[in-house]
Amino acid sequence: MDNLYRENILDHYKHPRNFGKLVYKNAEATDNLVSCGDELALELLIKNEHISEIKFYGQGCAISVSAASMLTEIVKGKKIADLQRLNKDDILKLLGISLTPTRLKCALLSLEILHKALQNYGLQSHS
Amino acid sequence: MFDPKRIKADFPLFKNLPGLIYLDSAASSLKPQSVLDKLHEYYTNYSVNIFRGIYKLSEKATEEYEGTRVKVAQFIRAQNSKEIVFTRNSTESINLIMYAWGMPQIKKGDEIITTIMEHHANFVTWQQLCKFTGAQLKIAQLRNNYTLDTDDLLGKITPRTKLVAFTHVSNVLGTINPVTVLIKQIKAKNPHCLVLVDGAQAVPHLAVDVQELGCDFYVFSSHKMLGPTGTGVLWGKYELLDQFKPFQYGGEMIRAVYKDRTEFQPPPHKFEAGTPDIAGVIGLGAAIDYLNKLDMQAVRAHEQEIVAYGLEQLVKIIGLQIIGPTDPKIRGGVLTFTIDKIHAHDIAQILDSNNICIRSGHHCAMPLHIELGLTSTARASIHVFTTKSDIDALITALFKVVKTFA
Repeated sequence: MDNLYRENILDHYKHPRNFGKLVYKNAEATDNLVSCGDELALELLIKNEHISEIKFYGQGCAISVSAASMLTEIVKGKKIADLQRLNKDDILKLLGISLTPTRLKCALLSLEILHKALQNYGLQSHS
Repeated sequence: MFDPKRIKADFPLFKNLPGLIYLDSAASSLKPQSVLDKLHEYYTNYSVNIFRGIYKLSEKATEEYEGTRVKVAQFIRAQNSKEIVFTRNSTESINLIMYAWGMPQIKKGDEIITTIMEHHANFVTWQQLCKFTGAQLKIAQLRNNYTLDTDDLLGKITPRTKLVAFTHVSNVLGTINPVTVLIKQIKAKNPHCLVLVDGAQAVPHLAVDVQELGCDFYVFSSHKMLGPTGTGVLWGKYELLDQFKPFQYGGEMIRAVYKDRTEFQPPPHKFEAGTPDIAGVIGLGAAIDYLNKLDMQAVRAHEQEIVAYGLEQLVKIIGLQIIGPTDPKIRGGVLTFTIDKIHAHDIAQILDSNNICIRSGHHCAMPLHIELGLTSTARASIHVFTTKSDIDALITALFKVVKTFA
């Protein structure tokens, strides 16, 4: 399992991309893994149905933080309708590793938050 | 002479997985061959139900099952084996008291005291009883040195206090609470309140004398003391147990049943409805035999030595903080720590890749972690088979962890 801590994962963990908060945002969500003590939040600025800006903050293990960091990189500029389809396999491809069921939860935390944020955005724009 | 290396040879898991470093006994201990043999003996020679059988096999099973009750009573110096109730685990033992005593007797305005260092079993149970009944839950705090603030606890006792529930040894901090002295002080302030002590992390590691402790209830689990999973113990003062309502209803716990009423057995059988984990109980007996042979004073001396050694070695890791008292005399066999900027799960994962089992997370003690401002901790816990070279392997691997994240 040592390959879990590959260079790219450690790099994203130590230097998370898009880490922090947005000044202007119109969608956000948070979630946590109570048993791990991980808690992450995503903030989005959606313009013309595209992700214009995205940032995340919080704390987590190397897997949850690096997955969040990589996720923010690939979704920027994407059409939100396409992001609904992002799934587990996409995240594992990003990380480039296979995971045990316990650690899979860490890897998928930010994806779940993204889906939640998009759902919140959809609800608020329909109301 | 206490020789953990020789003791290790009694545990078949180490034969099957040579090189494994097992440092998670606070979650569940490994089992010696003698316990497995006893389970095998029951299942192959007299695997029948207890009590009502007139035939010899049933009498043999009953004799082994009830014989373990006597062994358990002697092991914790109970006055009478009728005070030993077999349950599934410590958690069920605590719940038994909650349902048999708490639910019928606790009312709005009553007070229950627990502590911030409790395992969820001895915390959630009382929190929920208070929510259900309208009683007030009071939570005793810690001192800066990770010991229980006994002044704070004693200050919370009033004439309305009905129960004080606290742990003998903390499963996270390792803190060994001054149970005997504290109970004397509790009873001096309010002689009517009952005291429940969670012994899950104590009975496997040190000599326990429930009469000397002065508590009313004491609970522990078989699987943490080298015994099988599925069996736990509740010890309670007989006159108290005798007053309580049954916990569950069904077979074994009745004396006579009529269409309109039932007469119950006296304790302990009143609280053991249905066919119990017969094999588990008998296996627990073998675990007690094994621990008795090692001698609990010697077990404690060995574990104190390993804890002292572990604390001494762990501080060599840069960025590592020990969580819990640093005095091995008041610390049970758990070495809990955090390392700056490295999540406990990442620590545990890298240790696993080095064949070392530790635990990470909140260890069923979320209120404690929140209180300490920690999201998770790493915990290496020890038992009779833990050697100094196990600790050395832990330290070597922790250096690798730090290097990975440097």
